[in-house]
Amino acid sequence: MKKKLNPYAGAMAPYTLWAALFILVPLAFIAYYAFTDNDFRFTTEHFVRFFTAKSTITEGGVDREVYTYLLIFWRSLKLAIISTAICLLLGYPVAYIMSRAQEQTQKLLMTLIMIPMWMNFLIRTYAWMTILQDKGIFNNLIGLLNLGPVHIIGTETAVIIGMVYDYFPYMVLPLYSIMAKMDEKLLEAARDLGCGSLSVLRRVVFPLSLPGVISGITMVLIPSISTFYISQKLGNGKFFLIGDAIEGQYVANNLHFAAAMAFILMVILLAAMTLVKYITTRYVYGGEQ
Amino acid sequence: MKKILAICLILALCLPLLACGGGETLTLNVYNWGEYISDGSEGSFDTVREFEKWYQETYGQKVKVNYTTFASNEDMYNKIASGAVSYDVIIPSDYMIARMAEEGMLLPLNFDNIPNYQYIDSSFRGLYYDPQDQYSVPYTYGIVGIIYNANVVDPADAGDWDLMWNEKYAGSILQFNNPRDAFGTAMYKLGIDVNTTDKAQWDQAAQELLTQRPMVYSYVMDEIFNMMESGEAAVGAYYAGDYFTMQEAQAEDVDLKFYYPERTNFYVDAMCIPSCAQNQELAEIFINFMLSQEAAVANAEQTYYASPNSLVYEDEGYRAYMGEEAMAALYPELGNFSEQYNAFAFRNLDRETQDYMNTLWETVKIN
Amino acid sequence: MKLSAKIYTGIILAFLFAPIVVMLIYSFNEAKSLSVYSGFSLRWYKELLRDRNTLNAVKNTLILAFSAMAISTIMGTAAAVGINKIRRRWYRTVMNTVTDIPMTNPDIITGISLMLMFVFMGRLFGAANSLSFWTMLIAHVTFCLPYVILQVLPKLQQMDDSLREAAMDLGCPPFKAFIKAELPEIMPGIITGAIMAFTMSLDDFVISHFTAGAGFETLPIRIYSMTKKTVTPEMYALATIIFFVTMSLLIISNLVDNDDNRRLKESKKKQKEK
Repeated sequence: MKKKLNPYAGAMAPYTLWAALFILVPLAFIAYYAFTDNDFRFTTEHFVRFFTAKSTITEGGVDREVYTYLLIFWRSLKLAIISTAICLLLGYPVAYIMSRAQEQTQKLLMTLIMIPMWMNFLIRTYAWMTILQDKGIFNNLIGLLNLGPVHIIGTETAVIIGMVYDYFPYMVLPLYSIMAKMDEKLLEAARDLGCGSLSVLRRVVFPLSLPGVISGITMVLIPSISTFYISQKLGNGKFFLIGDAIEGQYVANNLHFAAAMAFILMVILLAAMTLVKYITTRYVYGGEQ
Repeated sequence: MKKILAICLILALCLPLLACGGGETLTLNVYNWGEYISDGSEGSFDTVREFEKWYQETYGQKVKVNYTTFASNEDMYNKIASGAVSYDVIIPSDYMIARMAEEGMLLPLNFDNIPNYQYIDSSFRGLYYDPQDQYSVPYTYGIVGIIYNANVVDPADAGDWDLMWNEKYAGSILQFNNPRDAFGTAMYKLGIDVNTTDKAQWDQAAQELLTQRPMVYSYVMDEIFNMMESGEAAVGAYYAGDYFTMQEAQAEDVDLKFYYPERTNFYVDAMCIPSCAQNQELAEIFINFMLSQEAAVANAEQTYYASPNSLVYEDEGYRAYMGEEAMAALYPELGNFSEQYNAFAFRNLDRETQDYMNTLWETVKIN
Repeated sequence: MKLSAKIYTGIILAFLFAPIVVMLIYSFNEAKSLSVYSGFSLRWYKELLRDRNTLNAVKNTLILAFSAMAISTIMGTAAAVGINKIRRRWYRTVMNTVTDIPMTNPDIITGISLMLMFVFMGRLFGAANSLSFWTMLIAHVTFCLPYVILQVLPKLQQMDDSLREAAMDLGCPPFKAFIKAELPEIMPGIITGAIMAFTMSLDDFVISHFTAGAGFETLPIRIYSMTKKTVTPEMYALATIIFFVTMSLLIISNLVDNDDNRRLKESKKKQKEK
């Protein structure tokens, strides 16, 4: 049985071709546009602009000179990290509860979590505007309890609520799929050995669920760092994130600068993700995958 | 269960064929603003369908109109400039028409196919964006005004752009969420030419927007409708016709009023044929149809924007439908329109000024 | 489930469904407003049924989502089977990394990069309409593929190889052996992958925004382009209908599933009795 045609290579061939054409080549295009000007001559001016462009902002009556795009990036990162952390804190128990429930309940919960995604996210975000406005539903409700009103829309809180809401399923699904595979016997064994619930969670469940945690974080962090619709609608247009900046340059037909920003964002994210993966395989699993 | 699944998958694979359609029918690709045509809602005239019907009756051939929509002039421009799409009829605003004409992206129209052009009022001929009247047929026009909630705003404060900078209403002011219109408000207020290439003047306008920023409740586009209707905000600038839409839906404790500041934005949206068009004659026939009385009146009633078409504004039914107040607000002193228009309308900015404006806008937004 | 767990899950679900309740309420609004509720009416449902453009956009969205799901499920499953058999470590790492890219890349980047490529290719070949339904389909398949692969791959890894080998020893050709022995085992993964692909495609706006062309408008693009004039309660009416349709589909599929399970158990019982 020397090399005939390997059926497995054959099965993979369409995908390999597809991935090369529609995943790798487009990335090359981003790089190509990022390093050229409007006449497609080589230039690094977009990168220089990204890292050195300055503007003056006023904070608390004091003028401060800042690096425009670095500040925008930093703010996006901050909001994204907060949203991701909240998603993880809220989503982890949900995934755990789901994974320990009866099979029928698991299915039900899973579909319930995914259903909101079938209503388009533009409409969902719009509905949040109706809820969070000063005279919106939330304030009317707490008004009945003689509380409030609270000003939420247009604040960081509103943007974070929007991100957490929209990307919550992305956190729960990978966590759940890894926890569902966990052997109940393992947990029982730990309990038999005298571990309290908390200790089981910390010593057994959490380490085993770590790959799910990492992919959950990735899947929430990435879309929330680059969103432009949520910040426009729920941030009252007062938040200008890296997604807004890229979209703004696209609208202004500065494709090359938009590509350069996209390129930088992509490189930073890929580097960060590789680093996280490396660290977890190296230190958590002792080098074994 | 598995067989059903397999069948479903196979059927789904055949679906793309549905998307193409095919056969002998002509296709016409129309690219317009969202919600900018009478589409049969509430029993009104369904422009696109009526055109298809009318065309088949008149020419004996089937035509399929692909009607798609865009969110802004710039979005539309990007799609067409990419060279990767082909549209037959587009409806951009004036400054974009000027830019596209300058860049050779529009086809000169054959007016023999558009006899209804005669009903376009003479004030709308020879405007700056198309001085020879070669490329465009006006569809709507309008003026930007200020809308305010009279239950919150003291009428004595109303009357000019200063209302949008009035400390008393800090936290209730809405500003445009796109650079061109937002800078426009500041420049009209300061009395600067909105088409200046003098960077110092752009800086001055940016400063004005920065002063306004702490008082701004929200930077908006369509959100203005909800925010004004519910009384969430009290002051905002938008297009005249939309004021009436908001007034119709306003909450009980809200009383919306409207006025034009002394210097303000005049705009015209016009139908054009881009150079990527594949069926120019059909496109011209469509444009002509859009100018016919029934279609034009229906569109004007739907959009609530003023029409440059005399078949519309002289139509008794239309005038009755709009009511006196709306007619007075939408069609103020038509006589010297072109003069005012040429003085205040947005023009195409050169690339450098555009980039400068965008950079300043980013500064305003990150503050 | 413990009571505390029930309460917690309840709160989370309330959060997830809050906007849907809002849509439901405002879809019956009499006024053309999403913030002022003026009375009950079916106006927007009637409007929706008459609105050819919106219905067409819904149809387009579904065509796109189903096609993307079908293609990515078939191609993704095949790819997973192949990737699972890779022995060389570097090769496996490369394939895994490439598969991860559409997931670890923000959608705005995926959208822009694909658009740049389509536009460039279109110019190269002088195609007038290079952005079209097909480019959107390619884009959607591209970002759906990893979800399918990542669902199917673990199932393959868990599977016992001996089954398929036994089938092949009995003279089954590899493809048939795969269909008979492996496919049923990995079916749950394929189904989950397909559902996720469908959901992702339905929910996407950004990538569609950049890769859409003339003549094919999907629902998100239509909604986004309402930014000058205002989104009407008609869109909420649509969302409400979508919600109830999906809910009833899910309930039906759950019932069918239970039926299947019961029959399976019964037949097993019978076999035992024999």
